[in-house]
Amino acid sequence: MKKLLMTAAAGALCASTGFAGGHSEIKLGVILGFTGPIESLTPSMGAGAELAMAEVTESGALLGGASVTPVRGDSTCIDAGAASAAAERLITSDGVKGIVGADCSGVTGAILNNVALPNGVVMVSPSATSPALSHTDNADNGLFFRTAPSDARQGVVMTEVLMELGINEVAVTYTNNDYGKGLADSFEAAYTAAGGTVTVNSPHEDGKADYSAEVGELAAAGGDRLVVAGYVDQGGSGIVRAALDTGAFDTFHFPDGMISAALTENFGSEIDGSSGQHPAPSDELAARFSDLVGGAFDSSSPFTPESYDAAALIMLAMQSANSAEPGDYKDHIFAVANAPGEPIQAGELGKALEILAAGGEVDLIGATGVELVGPGEAAGAYRVVGFEGGEEVTAGRK
Amino acid sequence: MIDFLNALVVLANFVLVPAIAYGSQLALGALGVTLIYGILRFSNFAHGDTMAMGTMGVIFATWWLQSLGVSFGPLPTALLALPFGIAFAIALTLGTDRLVYRFYRAQRAKPVILVIVSMGVMFIYNGLTRFIIGPGDQRFSDGERFIISAREFKQMTGLREGLAIKTTQGITLVTAIIVVIVLFWFLNRTRTGKSMRAYSDNEDLALLSGISPERVVMVTWLIVAALATIAGTLYGLDKSFKPFTYFQLLLPIFAAAIVGGLGNPLGAIAGGYLIAFSEVGITYAWKKVLRYLLPENLEPSTLMQLLGVEYKFAVSFALLVVVLLFRPTGIFKGKSV
Repeated sequence: MKKLLMTAAAGALCASTGFAGGHSEIKLGVILGFTGPIESLTPSMGAGAELAMAEVTESGALLGGASVTPVRGDSTCIDAGAASAAAERLITSDGVKGIVGADCSGVTGAILNNVALPNGVVMVSPSATSPALSHTDNADNGLFFRTAPSDARQGVVMTEVLMELGINEVAVTYTNNDYGKGLADSFEAAYTAAGGTVTVNSPHEDGKADYSAEVGELAAAGGDRLVVAGYVDQGGSGIVRAALDTGAFDTFHFPDGMISAALTENFGSEIDGSSGQHPAPSDELAARFSDLVGGAFDSSSPFTPESYDAAALIMLAMQSANSAEPGDYKDHIFAVANAPGEPIQAGELGKALEILAAGGEVDLIGATGVELVGPGEAAGAYRVVGFEGGEEVTAGRK
Repeated sequence: MIDFLNALVVLANFVLVPAIAYGSQLALGALGVTLIYGILRFSNFAHGDTMAMGTMGVIFATWWLQSLGVSFGPLPTALLALPFGIAFAIALTLGTDRLVYRFYRAQRAKPVILVIVSMGVMFIYNGLTRFIIGPGDQRFSDGERFIISAREFKQMTGLREGLAIKTTQGITLVTAIIVVIVLFWFLNRTRTGKSMRAYSDNEDLALLSGISPERVVMVTWLIVAALATIAGTLYGLDKSFKPFTYFQLLLPIFAAAIVGGLGNPLGAIAGGYLIAFSEVGITYAWKKVLRYLLPENLEPSTLMQLLGVEYKFAVSFALLVVVLLFRPTGIFKGKSV
């Protein structure tokens, strides 16, 4: 009996060491809102992440020839309970070694606190932008990263754009949710610190028929320009319409939620002289990623390049740490994302793995020009836009 | 003197003009609610969605006219389409009355049962509107946008502040005045109107003197359908059409009817303007107006705003509670609630 137990124990030991040593298969979770409010974006985001995994598997260079298998989970974007359950299943039953996701800020925070932290699994979100997810005091135990810039960063970029235009006094209106409030507050902080004045920072509700009362308040406060941190298909356009009609403001500043073809369709040359910005990789990076994808899915869909980079970061960090365990490779993510090292474009992951295996250093450029700052979030590349003659034009990059 | 004029223009641009237009739309809506309450004796919760249905009819007729190349010059085509929408709403309300309300009327059901029934009707209308035209925004205004735009006004007068009056705001006020005059003439001068008032005052006496109840009920629904469609179309032209906002309009409309005195047409009008002016006035930031009026050293440093704009709906409720506490039958004597 004793002998039998010994054999069993030895067998189990062999099996586990065999698995750890051989690295035959590594599973990565892809938790995105495949159903819910952003379900039109997630198919190409998921495909972007899986493209990076397929590329690495094909190269056969990760940890001595391991293959990487994606396991999808549905975050639903809004239901924290369902998202946590999906993550729990992926970690405990499928045994994923890292998670690409989640997508929306609310469920991302829920998964991080309820599942990823207790289980010690690394999360790299391609699309959560809320400043509330920036863990300055290491509350995330070094497990959470994102390849999309925080809206706190957008607040700083917005401040720079406005200051360069010589505008020192603005009124701010924001859509009354986590996105709008986070962005408006981070902008106010950055703008005030840079010497600007925010005359009023007030919310608007989406889906109303009439915004004249909101605009009355903004007009009373005054300012050289109105910052509209809202959605172009929602209240944001209503605010702009009412402001133009009453003559309260002629020029505006639009953050990412407002930049869309619908904006110039709605207002044409009425918003000439306005400004704005949104996160976007440079044309060169976008073209390279589009070539790599080769029409398999929409490579320019929002947050799709970010998803590719999120998966790439996890796998390069594993190679750099020479281990697939989250506790080992989490400290290597910064190193592979930033300089120094050989710049790695999208489609060159195999080359990067070989350099790392040989003891070299890499700097992932990827599909978005990854550069991690602060507590592990993308610095972000922004396109600054202007409006002339009823058209949206590129006014610069930041 | 110039400062005073500037203050007046700011006030007109952001408070007077929007509140008068909004008040007229509420008043027309509240008239419909109050007529139903006075004559059919129940609170019709389906009124907001009747407005939406009627407006939907107008929108489809407008699109049809536009596709034929018909336009109304500087005025919106929707005004030409109004009769189609009204006809649709009349068919709808009469059909609903025949199918639903008549059954409960024959049983002499208590008002509270009719209120619940009207809620059921509300949900059905609600779903139908979304099913037919969709839950999104629909724009159907065309023609000239402004009677006078802020920029033109500034150039004309040389004042620092601009005043914008939209065509739709002008149309709203003119239409509301015409509709109210016709309605009062009808109720006070015509035989049918008098029989409606008699039926409202005392049902049994009216029946004894030979007034046909079914006829009174039918005429009431005709008038209510017309009022709802006109109110809904004016609101949609001035703002935008979306089924959900019409559902939400029910609150201020009921507040207006109750504050004015349920069952009293004059009260509905007064209530409409009172609710509109309180909502706009209390949530308006008075800083700019006061800056022009007060001497320089007294210039206000805050926005001088009593309540944030997001509490707009709370104002109608607060007003409702206060009026009901001190005058339970409304400002103008209506029927007890």
